[in-house]
Amino acid sequence: MRPLLAAFGTVVITACAAQPPAPSPAATQASPEPAGRAPFSSTYEAPAGPATLIRNATVLTGTGERIEGGDVLLENGVVKALGRALESPAGAVVIDATGRWVTPGLIDVHSHLGVYASPGVNATSDGNEATDPVTANVWAEHSVWPQDPGFETALRGGITSMQVLPGSANLIGGRGVTLKNVPATTYQAMKFPGAPQGLKMACGENPKRVYGDDDKFPSTRMGNVAGYRQAFADAKDYIEEWKEYDAELAKYEKDKEKGDDDATPPKPPKRDLGLETLAEVLRGHILVHNHCYRADEMATMLDIAKEFGYKVTAFHHAVEAYKLADRLAEEGVCAAMWADWWGFKMEAYDGVQENIAIVDHPEKGCAIVHSDSEEGIQRLNQEAAKAIARGRRVGFEIAPEHAIRWLTANPAKALGILDRTGTLEPGKMADVVVWNGTPFSVYAHADQVFIDGVLRFDRSKPAPPRSDFLQ
Amino acid sequence: MKARCLMVLLVALATGPAGAQSLFIHGARVHTAGSAGTLGNADIVVEDGRIAAVGPGLAAPPGATVVEANGRPVTPGFFGGLTQVGLEEVSQEEDTVDSELSFKAPAWQHMWRPEFDVTNAFNARSIVLPVARIEGITWAMLAPEPDDSLVAGQGSAVTLDGRFDAAFDGSRSLFVNWGSAAHGASGGSRAAQTMLFDQAIRESKETGAVGPAALLLPEGRAVLRRYLGGGRVVFFVERAADIRQVVRYAKSHGMKPVIAGGAEAWIVARELAEADVPVILNALEDLPQDFDRLGSRLDNAKLLHEAGVRIAFTWDESHNVRKNRQLAGNAVANGLPWEAGLAAMTASPAAIFGIGADHGRIEEGQSADLVLWSGDPLEVTSIADQVWIAGAPVPMRSRQTALRDKYVERVKAGTAR
Repeated sequence: MRPLLAAFGTVVITACAAQPPAPSPAATQASPEPAGRAPFSSTYEAPAGPATLIRNATVLTGTGERIEGGDVLLENGVVKALGRALESPAGAVVIDATGRWVTPGLIDVHSHLGVYASPGVNATSDGNEATDPVTANVWAEHSVWPQDPGFETALRGGITSMQVLPGSANLIGGRGVTLKNVPATTYQAMKFPGAPQGLKMACGENPKRVYGDDDKFPSTRMGNVAGYRQAFADAKDYIEEWKEYDAELAKYEKDKEKGDDDATPPKPPKRDLGLETLAEVLRGHILVHNHCYRADEMATMLDIAKEFGYKVTAFHHAVEAYKLADRLAEEGVCAAMWADWWGFKMEAYDGVQENIAIVDHPEKGCAIVHSDSEEGIQRLNQEAAKAIARGRRVGFEIAPEHAIRWLTANPAKALGILDRTGTLEPGKMADVVVWNGTPFSVYAHADQVFIDGVLRFDRSKPAPPRSDFLQ
Repeated sequence: MKARCLMVLLVALATGPAGAQSLFIHGARVHTAGSAGTLGNADIVVEDGRIAAVGPGLAAPPGATVVEANGRPVTPGFFGGLTQVGLEEVSQEEDTVDSELSFKAPAWQHMWRPEFDVTNAFNARSIVLPVARIEGITWAMLAPEPDDSLVAGQGSAVTLDGRFDAAFDGSRSLFVNWGSAAHGASGGSRAAQTMLFDQAIRESKETGAVGPAALLLPEGRAVLRRYLGGGRVVFFVERAADIRQVVRYAKSHGMKPVIAGGAEAWIVARELAEADVPVILNALEDLPQDFDRLGSRLDNAKLLHEAGVRIAFTWDESHNVRKNRQLAGNAVANGLPWEAGLAAMTASPAAIFGIGADHGRIEEGQSADLVLWSGDPLEVTSIADQVWIAGAPVPMRSRQTALRDKYVERVKAGTAR
């Protein structure tokens, strides 16, 4: 993490074109604050490498711009410069990208790689703590198996970062983690430095089926809603308890300072790991990622968020997001969607292939293409291509420089990492894909994938699988 | 010109008696999927639901509906794979699913019901059908889903045009699950799969009363006996060693095997080619999803094709069979020749399921199951502009397009909330 921040420092001085990215709020551990390196915090450091100059490409910057015949210079792990006919620094690797396209690295906001790994054996089925409808205490990262071969097939598809979430069996499934798609022995060495965690919540059929089938709570949608509300009501109480404790502690310390030898220290409340998570949500440090298919249920969830004072960052799957696209845009809520998956359950019955294009249409619409699948994550570009074609059919002309945002800037925004990645701008992480042509094609291949300026995949040099499992 | 032709077509859609109207597609890039390959600027004449002529410079029959292709591609109707289209409306709502037979018997009491034929449950008015057919998927193979038996039952190929009598003659096949996926139905070991089959084959030759631990009832005996006389049996099997075993076993007992799944088929490609056994695969599969599929790879289709194995594609989501086309495109992106990718969606599956004389190619005499595409038929950005099945234009509407039209208007007005 340190060299990366240092790199940001240099950029502020040298690259005047871009706004220096604000440091993101450190991944907050709930109170009490541990000393030193926070448990489970990122140990990822990008290895140093040569500068790389990608020449003469069609560059989609992720900011909505497209540069024909564009060059991109990657140096010290960041995007150093963009433009035409850039000068090559001494020792830089030069890639002739004539006829090829360059985009920011793709980001999947909804993955279960590592927690539902391949092979799908019982031993690595670690994505749903389906023993209680509210398990805000669990963290997906503690289930991630870094040897999942799915990480490297996703890399071949241009994925440079992803959020790994708990499954949707529970109303509140636990914390999600954002990873850099780099090979590592530990998940800590994959964790995106400083990225906020997510909270997985789930609407509708899954929680009520998982528990209702066993005659447990919740077995209805009204049960679901009572479950979310009680959880956040408890979290509010928990915050109050700690506030009271903090006040008593401050008073005690003051009394002691004044020489009151009879002052007794207050007893801290019992730590509750689940309520800590929800308290961090209410403080805005953990971002809510809400699995929700139906439009009416999304509206319910927006009301609950308002009642308790948190924000829904993104609705996931959101098969009916098109029915309330304007409201989502007005409230600044993203929708993470598939291009065409539908019908496998009632809440997915109203799927339309124009969902992504419709959600994208309002001025502030935030459409995201997500996978939720070890197959789909390899082909987010193809899913976006389908959505572009469907949008065009209903009169929404969607340029590639705009559509690429569904896979880059918008998921970065939803993960709270847009200040670091998701677009090609000077000072941002050099997470970059060189495609063999337009990415919006079934014939597209990622030729090269860079993560923090390091070449992590090169199609011209086929390498044996890296996963220990496949040795 | 273009607008006028479109008007003609719309009138035909509104009033034309299905199948009877003759059709003239002018100036298309015709991918015949047959020996003629691709014809650059060709016309297609359709009469009485069948292709009457294909080639350059043809004349429109009097009274024919004329469609200007303006160089757009036309292909045979695409294959939707091994599916439950028309057998299930909503996968997770059990009462809407007719694709599996389960008596919930313990493993040691499992009885095989090869006589179970899902074709009888096919609902031609399923809302899933229009969703598939307006994307150029004109036919599919109905496949029973095995639950507590190795032998899942039978299914037929069906047209997706909405007619009640949808099954194609001669396409009926038996479906069998093999390998780790059938562990539960074979007492926990795949070694028992041949053991049980041996018993069933023996029983199928008996005519006496059914014993207490029999696998088959009299009707099941008769059905299995039929398949042992050269019938087509589709084996869902992934592991190379199992594929080899299945092929030898099936052939030695008079069955005509088809491999479905076949994640590791590339390893035994030469043997499959020599035995003339086709493979129906998922071309997106490249992960070791289980220990039967450790050898999954993206160029499986390419390697099989190079070895001379006949291939077709399948995708396990009945609601999204339209994605089968994306499988073909990805196989091509990973080394399969384009024409072979097209064949794997058209002529090859038709041949595999015994309907190749009537379906799968754009040739004189074939059923006029045609798709006019906006661009490269295997490219995900291309859309089916018009579909015809047996010469009749398919109304290009589904429940999804109705929902789309309703809400696109709202979002255009800024009122989608």
